[in-house]
Order: sequence, then structure tokens, then C-alpha cells
Amino acid sequence: MLHGIPASPGIVIGKAYVFAKQAPRVEDKSISEDEVANEIDRLQHSIERSEKELQKVLQLTEQKVGSQKAKIFEAQIMILLDVVLFDSIRLRIRKELKSAEYAVHREISKYQQMMMNSSDEYMRERAHDVEDVKNRIIRNIQQEKLISRFEPNSIVVSEILTPADTVLFSRNAVLAYATDMGGTTSHAALLSRSLNIPSVVGLKEVTKLVQAGDTIVVDGYTGNVILHPNEETLIRCKERNEEHEYFETSLKEIRELTAQTLDGKIVQLSCNIEFSEEAENVHTKGSHGIGLYRTEGLFLRTENYPSEEEQYSEYRSIVEKSAPYKVVMRTLDIGGDKVVSNPTNEENPFLGWRGIRVLLDRPEVFLTQLRAMLRASAFGEVWIMLPMISGLKEIRRTKELLERAKKELREKTIPFDENIKIGAMIEIPAAAVIAGDIAQEVDFLSIGTNDLIQYLLAVDRGNEVVAELYQEFHPAVIKTIHHIIKEGHRAGKPVSMCGEMAGDPVALLLLLGLGLDEFSMNPHILPEIKKIIRSVSYSEAEEIARRVLEMKTENDVKDFLKVNLHTMVPDLLLE
Amino acid sequence: MIEKEVTIRNRAGLHTRPAAALVKIAAQFKSEFFIYKDGFEINGKSIIGVMTLAAEQGSSLQLKFEGDDEEQAMQTVVGLFERGFDEM
Repeated sequence: MLHGIPASPGIVIGKAYVFAKQAPRVEDKSISEDEVANEIDRLQHSIERSEKELQKVLQLTEQKVGSQKAKIFEAQIMILLDVVLFDSIRLRIRKELKSAEYAVHREISKYQQMMMNSSDEYMRERAHDVEDVKNRIIRNIQQEKLISRFEPNSIVVSEILTPADTVLFSRNAVLAYATDMGGTTSHAALLSRSLNIPSVVGLKEVTKLVQAGDTIVVDGYTGNVILHPNEETLIRCKERNEEHEYFETSLKEIRELTAQTLDGKIVQLSCNIEFSEEAENVHTKGSHGIGLYRTEGLFLRTENYPSEEEQYSEYRSIVEKSAPYKVVMRTLDIGGDKVVSNPTNEENPFLGWRGIRVLLDRPEVFLTQLRAMLRASAFGEVWIMLPMISGLKEIRRTKELLERAKKELREKTIPFDENIKIGAMIEIPAAAVIAGDIAQEVDFLSIGTNDLIQYLLAVDRGNEVVAELYQEFHPAVIKTIHHIIKEGHRAGKPVSMCGEMAGDPVALLLLLGLGLDEFSMNPHILPEIKKIIRSVSYSEAEEIARRVLEMKTENDVKDFLKVNLHTMVPDLLLE
Repeated sequence: MIEKEVTIRNRAGLHTRPAAALVKIAAQFKSEFFIYKDGFEINGKSIIGVMTLAAEQGSSLQLKFEGDDEEQAMQTVVGLFERGFDEM
């Protein structure tokens, strides 16, 4: 048995599909005459796709680091357009009857070898560029095969999953994920949770120990992965699964009820989503709208930046599905680990070009998104939320752009909500410190705990080596959250939370007692959170928060909160 | 078939930009175009081939043209080399 970090709940028994993500491996594979046309087709697709990818990278690089560095990609694109080169590759496929990737590998490696042998350092560097472009072509050829070769209803076992991989596999009925790396708040974990796919991350060597086709058990409640389970284990797993299902049914009964404490305090519960498909799921969980719609999903799915029309139709569909409740839309938050395409090779992407910084540097992308959001607001309540705000200047600049977008729509007599609300995510410690000033400038504040905690504690939440230092209940985190809520309320503005912490049952009493107005979380946890709120009293929660604010260590806080939660809600299934 | 020897005159040699310019110009002609250097033969219409040559300033290359418009191709290409790829 292996033990990792439980990232998304559920127990699943199934066959493993081991997904290798390193440099593409190429086998010397022969093909038959009949397969030639197909192989040449695959080659062509891959060239086109590789070119599109590189054009995007090139464009971004030119804008961010100048044309000097962009030249690398220019040269790679030229290689993709080299007719002579691809004629000889096609000839190899036809004459030698070899697979497309093998022909690419053989032909391009020839040049690469010649460059490597050069005494000139410049030339040896070029060999790396050639290797890059070769790997890209091969990866793109294999990508197609990967999907077609993937057996539906498998458990994906992988070193690491990028958000793009996670989405890609989820379209092929994946049962569960088990990965070597990653922490509970890595984006693959977040995504698998929002897609309702059980997953365990941080297993360190699951890819080494599991062979393709092995039957394994992935327990997303405890973080256990069982290899070669015996009959008895399988039965026990099924029983535990049933227990959980039973509990879930009991939660369904309170679905339509308000999230109200025993002494009458009402809070808002809403959901975090990434795809329009999820908006339907949200209602069945009894959520009051969407507290965080991550627009990156749409950008991950499209090759280039989606057009205003594409964005508008996606946003409108979410707004319509969520009515009569509101949808809080976060403007594009590319960067950090959520990379659509980050060509600049930043040494420290989390402290680099991401969130509002990207948008303000690329006003045309920002304006397109703002117009699309405004247009969707004609069909239901939309709030706009800005990621990675560090000061007032960014908010004021955004408001100018928003006014410009509104003016453009007015001129075309396109309807939108004139009083659309705009809010700031508080996730950078600087913003937390000046939360009062920010609250004066916007309509609402939303605490993004995942980033706030990692910036406050200087811990990379995706880095398993230091993942244990990522502490939700660190006294500094609690005091900061307290400060943000207090400052927001002083300005008369509502304060919500859309990080993982908002859906943590253990944190609930504390956050409720600190006066948080809205909790936005992953849909699967919402019924449980509602059950807790309906079982406790606000005045007790306030007292608990007061006590917690005086505690000195995370362990003291955690133990205290757990004991209280168990006492107040005894029938909770806490793993 | 015509053969002609040229010398790289621009300082940076046949790096990416000149290589691209050379391939682009060669592609305008029907004639086949090969470059020889140190025992290597490279198709002059292939960017990856020309990049592989690593021809630095001062080195000399043997050019070979073969086809209907070989004379014109030769003059245009040699002109490009003589102007140092307009980089001097």
C-alpha cells in the first residue's frame, strides 16, 4: 500500500493506465503499405499543431522579453516550414515503411548530431533548439495516439498532471488519478475535485510500482493507494464507498434549505467552477450561485485566445444556468502553475507575470474579456473579480478599462448591467494589509486563501518537499483573514472566501465566527458544509473565533477546532 | 550544372537570419541548389540543413546549381553572399 495526499474524494477500483510524461520515447516501428497515408496525415497534423503552438509562444515572447529571445522560436518555426526536410521525412515513411514519429526522429536527429559535433558553441546550442522542435513534433504525433490508446474507465497513473492533461483525460471517462508529485492544492488536484474524479497525489513512486493493466484501489478519502488488492480488501472498499454514499443521501435532504445557523445567522454558500458543464451540477448540490468561475478553463481549451463571441456564449450559458443567483467571474488568471503558454521562462513564475499583471499589459485581451462579461450580465447577475491585486493602481486602471468596454457596448447599443459589481481578490499579503483602502475602491472582497497562504508563509503549495509548511491554520493566516473581514465590513462591503479553506469543515466554525459573509467551495463539499452550519450556533462560533485568535500554533488551533466540530456535529464522517 | 565558390563575408556567419534569407531566395528558383563544406553536402533550400553548416565568417563554401534557371539562381544567390546578407 502507498500513502499519498488525498486530493479528491471517492474510492475507486480499476485498471491502471500509466501515463509517461518525460521526453517522448520513440520506437523503431514498422508500418504496412496501408498505413502510409494515415502516418503522413498524422505527421501533417502534428506540424500544423506544432506551428500554432510555436506562433503563440513567439508572439508572447516578443511582447514580454523582446524579439531577441523570440528568435529561438522563429528559427523553430522555420524548421517546421522546411519543405526539403519534411519531404525527406515523408519519403522515409513511404520507402522505409516506418511510423511518422520514427521517421521524424531519424531524420532530425541526423542534423542534431552534426550540430552537436561542432566545435562552435553557438552551433551546439542550436542543437538544443533542433531537439526541442523535434520533441514537439513527436509529442504532437503521439498525443493523438495517446487519446485513442487510452482505455476508458481506467485509473490514470502519472508522475505529474498538468491542468491540460487533467482536462484531456477527463473527456475519456477516467475513473481516478494517482500521481507521484503534487500537493492538495495543486491545480490538477483542484481540477479533479471540480470534475468529481477521485484522486490521490504526492505518492512519490506510484509510477514505478504500478504496471499498466494492474488492478489498483485509489482511496481519495484517506490518500491510500492499494496495489494488488485481495478479495477481502475489495469488499471492504465497496462497503466504505456505500457508507459514504449513504451519508451523501442524508445531505441531499437539506439541499433546498438555507444555510442558517441555529440562532438565525444566514450565510451564502456558493461554488467554484471552471467549466460551464459544472454549472448544472451546482444546483443539485444546493448552492446559491457561483462564487468563483475560473475563466482559464476556456482559455486552456482553445488554441488561441478565445474570441469575444466564444467567451460571451460560454459566460452567458453559465449565467443562465445559475439564475436567479449571481455568478462571480474571475478575469483570466494565467501564470504561476496555470500556464497556458508561458514562454518567458520566468525563474519564479508565482512572483512573476500572472493575473491582473498579464491583463493590464495586454489591454486588448482584457477588454475583450470585459466586454464578453458585460454582455453576459444582460442575462443575469454577474460580478467581476480581479485576481492578483497588489494595490489601488491596478484597480483604478481596470475601472478605466471597464468604463471603456461599457462605452464601446453603449455605442453599439448592446445591453449590459450598468451597475455591474467589481471586486478584488485578496491573495497577495500587500493587498491584505491595505484591505481597508481596497474595500473603499470596490464593491466586494474575496479572499483567495490558496495563494494568500503560500505568499504569506513563503511556501510553494505544489512543492511536496515543503508542502507540510503550508498551514491553513497558521496564526498569521488566521490574523490576516480576521483583518481582511474586519476592514471589508468597516467599508460596508461583503467579504467572501473562494479558496480551499472555505470548503474545509474544520475551518468552518472559525470562519463563521470571524464574520465571513460568503463561502465559495467545490460543489462536492457544499452539502456537508451546509449541514454543519445548520447544526451550530453563530454566537458559539464567535466565541470559538475569539479563542482561536489568541492561540500560538497551528496544532493548537486545529485540535481545538476539531474537538469543537465533533462535539457540535457528532454524525460527521471526518476522514 | 554550375558550380561556384563563395566566402562568408558578414561577421556573424550563416546564423539563423542569413540562413533564412538564403533559403527564401533559393526557393524562388526551380533549380536544385546544394552547398558543400568540409565534405558535407547540404540542400540549400532546407533551413535546417543550412543551419547545420555552421559557416562562420571567412569560411568558404562550394555552391552547386542544377536546373533550367540555374544561371539566374546562381547570380542571385552569389549576390546575396557578396552583399554579406545585407548585414555588413
